Amino acid sequence: MDALARIKEQVESNPIVLYMKGTPQFPQCGFSSRAAAALQDCGVKFAYVNILADPEIFENLPKFADWPTFPQLYIDGELVGGCDITLELHASGELQKMTTEAAKKWPEES
Amino acid sequence: MIREQIEQLLRETLTPMHLEVINESHMHNVPEGSESHFKVVIVSNNFEGKGLVARHREVNKLLADHFQQGLHALALHTMTPEEWFAKGGTAPESPQCMGGGK
Repeated sequence: MDALARIKEQVESNPIVLYMKGTPQFPQCGFSSRAAAALQDCGVKFAYVNILADPEIFENLPKFADWPTFPQLYIDGELVGGCDITLELHASGELQKMTTEAAKKWPEES
Repeated sequence: MIREQIEQLLRETLTPMHLEVINESHMHNVPEGSESHFKVVIVSNNFEGKGLVARHREVNKLLADHFQQGLHALALHTMTPEEWFAKGGTAPESPQCMGGGK
């Protein structure tokens, strides 16, 4: 599967997914760190992709949604934005609403 | 140099009421004197009726050539004059680097 198809598959099969540098536990970029912290603060389950560990995704993600920077947050397959937009939505309470709603779509854990 | 280019480009195209283009490269893991990480605070009537994604896309598109040529990070705060006044004329501080580089 090529990288763009993999990204499409990831954003469509995960209700909430954050493309970031590093991991939520060990972020490697201040912007990624803040975006992950905002999601963690919402208290919902989210998927993440460490783009530093996947050069192909790193290379192709900007083309996927025509968005040149990282991190990138996708909810229900749609680009929500980067760090600044995520934080702004968090501050207004909108991120909490969006993620709570989207998190209902995670399959039941067995 | 790049900072001035970005500033001029945004000033000409978006006729902002308020514009700050700040080189924040020193906060990151890049050689001294780099122009790779910027923060832009831009207040323009042009953003009226547009969502944040649309506003960021508009600015990113204007800076597409710069992104091709080494612009690496852009902290972006896009507001209408009304939103700017409601926030007391301030924008958030940018984060420090955590070593990820490219």
